[in-house]
Amino acid sequence: MLMKLTAGTVYDPASGIDGQVKTLYVQDGKFVKQPASDVKIDKEYDLKGKVVMAGAIDMHTHIGGGKGNIARMLIPEDHRKDPVHRSDITRSGCGHAMPSTFTTGYRYAEMGYTAGFEPAILPVNARQAHMEMADIPILDKGGYVMLGSDDYLLRMLTAKKDQKAINDYVAWTMNAAKAIGVKVVNPGGINAFKFNQRKLDLDEQNSHYQVTPREILQVLATAVKEIGVKHPLHVHGCNLGVPGNVETTLDTMQGIGGLPMHLTHIQFHSYGSEGDFKFSSGGAAIAEAINKHKNITADVGQILFGQTITASGDNMRQHANHGFASPNKWVCMDIECDAGCGVVPFKYRDQNFVNALQWAIGLEIFLLVDDPWRIFLTTDHPNGAPFTTYPHLIRLLMDKSFRNDMLATIHPEAQKMTTLASIDREYSLQEIAILTRAGAARLVGLDDRGSLTEGAWADITVYTENADREKMFEKPDYVFKDGELVVVDGKVVHTKWGTTHIVRPDWDNSVEKDLQKYFDRFMTMKVGNFKISDDEITEDGRGSLTTHSLNGVT
Amino acid sequence: MTEITEVPSPFCGIGADDLTIQVNDLAVKVIENGCAVNTPAFEQAITDTSARVDGKEVSLDVAVAKAAELLGASNQPVIGGCATDVNGMRGVMALADRSGAVVDNMNFTAARRNFLALQDTGWMTTTLAEIKNRCDYFLVVGVDLEGFSPRFFERYLWNKESMFLTDTSQREVVYIGKAPSGDASTSPTGCKAKVLPCADEDLPEVMAVLRALVKGKKIVADNICGIAVSDLQVVADQLKAAKYGVVTWAAGALGFEQAELTVQMLTEMVKDINTMDTRCSGFPLGGKEGDQTANQVCGWTSAYPARTRFSSGFPEYDPFLYDSNVMLANGEADALVWVQAFNSASVPPKVAVPTIVVARSGMVFDTEPDVFIPVGTPGIDHAGHAYRLDNVVAIRLKKCRDSGLPSTADVLHAIEQAL
Repeated sequence: MLMKLTAGTVYDPASGIDGQVKTLYVQDGKFVKQPASDVKIDKEYDLKGKVVMAGAIDMHTHIGGGKGNIARMLIPEDHRKDPVHRSDITRSGCGHAMPSTFTTGYRYAEMGYTAGFEPAILPVNARQAHMEMADIPILDKGGYVMLGSDDYLLRMLTAKKDQKAINDYVAWTMNAAKAIGVKVVNPGGINAFKFNQRKLDLDEQNSHYQVTPREILQVLATAVKEIGVKHPLHVHGCNLGVPGNVETTLDTMQGIGGLPMHLTHIQFHSYGSEGDFKFSSGGAAIAEAINKHKNITADVGQILFGQTITASGDNMRQHANHGFASPNKWVCMDIECDAGCGVVPFKYRDQNFVNALQWAIGLEIFLLVDDPWRIFLTTDHPNGAPFTTYPHLIRLLMDKSFRNDMLATIHPEAQKMTTLASIDREYSLQEIAILTRAGAARLVGLDDRGSLTEGAWADITVYTENADREKMFEKPDYVFKDGELVVVDGKVVHTKWGTTHIVRPDWDNSVEKDLQKYFDRFMTMKVGNFKISDDEITEDGRGSLTTHSLNGVT
Repeated sequence: MTEITEVPSPFCGIGADDLTIQVNDLAVKVIENGCAVNTPAFEQAITDTSARVDGKEVSLDVAVAKAAELLGASNQPVIGGCATDVNGMRGVMALADRSGAVVDNMNFTAARRNFLALQDTGWMTTTLAEIKNRCDYFLVVGVDLEGFSPRFFERYLWNKESMFLTDTSQREVVYIGKAPSGDASTSPTGCKAKVLPCADEDLPEVMAVLRALVKGKKIVADNICGIAVSDLQVVADQLKAAKYGVVTWAAGALGFEQAELTVQMLTEMVKDINTMDTRCSGFPLGGKEGDQTANQVCGWTSAYPARTRFSSGFPEYDPFLYDSNVMLANGEADALVWVQAFNSASVPPKVAVPTIVVARSGMVFDTEPDVFIPVGTPGIDHAGHAYRLDNVVAIRLKKCRDSGLPSTADVLHAIEQAL
């Protein structure tokens, strides 16, 4: 089918188009050249006066894997507030803080998103992550496999294995877990918690392995680069949520020595310890450091006020914060000599000084980082807020007077501790398109998504201009996924299944000999049963794998 | 004849994946690493290959059409059993959503004891590999563990090597409540588990005292339900002195009223110990007949555990109201779908409403159901996924023979499409 999208105002940062009126053509799911005048157009959409962007991509959202399902099990009372009816074309479910998989897919699509990436796939839990994501309709998906607290890697470091061996292990694990990136969470800290360490600074040793977080970051960032994976090492740093952790974060950036590194939910790692409450903003210092270090990217992990639930691999920090659980119930888990998880319900309150300042710090970082290609729009769903708050967050970024009105309502002491009121910047539509489309696609390493150019897959969102950006972004006129119309006026009209994005870096087969020995001696399954085969993703006829290119490997 | 190695088992709950089986046409023989649970489950012969309606053999299409007709005529169907693999459970969820059914896993009344504690206060837990490598003190509460899982000790406690213990035979094993039925818990060097026996219904009191002792409270009595308080004091001290203690229980074995409070006592005690400068974890035992699988899949598709009703057009969870046995007994349900792909001895409850059975070949009924559709067993007749008891690891089940039996997912999908 040949489809014509006529005369929309196009924002496509990937091709440098910034608000020009353009007509787009789509055939067999992809953008094509303008056809000859005698070619029949099967379907035309008149987009005059409409804003046209690629489908949005959430590069960090907890949508698949065991900790999310624990979060669901933990808070039935939250689901009851947001039941989702079935329809002739959609499945029932629940929404709000940690929605069911089907609802996740529909609600993302209804906001114009067409892909989401689970950032914390434990290798041993990767099957579950993919099975859950297989039940998320419409969206493309993928994920980053978690390393850095696994005993296998720490044993390698203690044994002084060379970088090549570590590269092979990382590449093998990415293949086994069907990942597109590598994440490290509280480097070595989840492991240290199993040895009863309750904190782990950047240069503090794991009491058993005598390995520091800094060393783990160094070898993993190097491995990711050397095996050619485009998505830089995805780092949830040390000391999440600890007042004064801004110093750790600055040191982490400085210390990586120019290697590509992505710092995730950096808001939670940007806290000073000044002022009457010994809690202050490190937002400006963090933004300045990001501006200076071109190898660094970051997503914000903005918090927004209200009830949510936090689900993290960082059980060391989650355990330390369990006293803040609201409602007062929480889960921590040690997992398979691989990692762990912690699930703590949270209610962020605008009249709580710390929460209010967290809100301001996130916005400071958004507004003070100069390069929109190196900062990404996230709430670390559901940890800072559910993903359904994105339109509100976009308005906060695009509308200074709205932002200042909101600022005036938060805890008065927090207002005094932020420079937010003095920041005049308002994001443009093109910048929003960079944060949520072109930049995200480039960062994740997607070859042909996040763009409206010929040859790219036709994931498209069409909005009606509205000065109220929240209203504009919460209800697109149309969303197309792979060229198929899936949403009209903010409601799903058709569902389909997206693909799973992966990379397949090479590794030396010899790595599996050592792994097999390790699995036979210490693990609880055979190494052959650990690896996820392609057919596990594709055998139901709905799922598919899309393998993306790697950087040249020297 | 073919030999297949590294076969994972969906039957034992602990995810044993080191079985070697021989397949001769449709006959399966476990030749290595079998156990009292897995060997008979793998070796059971296929007897039914044809669907039946009202006891008469019919084609699959006819049986599916009849099932859809019965479901279509029902105001409140229930889907019980829910003992199948991930894809089978996906089929259950889709059919329930479409038909407005109640989804109720057969082990939920037992699992409810855990869910009520989890949803009230949460918990700290661990998984098998952590036990295998880290656990230095193992407390078993109210369950005969080797009866539950014959190979648990062999695989996860008396393993020859561990990463963090120099000698696994030095691990301390203590039972409170039921005594072990055999010697699996005796260490390789002959050290027997310490047993502090009490009746099941005394566990609430005994666990309350143990938690009080862990917290340093003074107990005036010197004997609690036949257990010397001084013995419990030793357990409390050992739990706090251990580097990585593990406390295990089986919700299914706590067959007394309000057992969720005992689960909570135990899980809160574990949390307490983690504030006393050491580590300790809970370890709930389950995972049989697809119960973790049912709760996981129901969890991600509906956001609730597997006792959830869909007749309002959206999921509603109530661990008491939607008990399918109670609903059927009270006349609140008017059709039953029984899904049991693992165990042909697990027959549907006796009910007077139209009954559709989608189950493992070989099921014998006192009263023939309206529709019976034999399905393949996940991990033998078709590939699939099943959750292990520790809820993190989904094992990849293999197809071991070509029986031609449809999968649970195939059958339930066909019924849903026919509605």
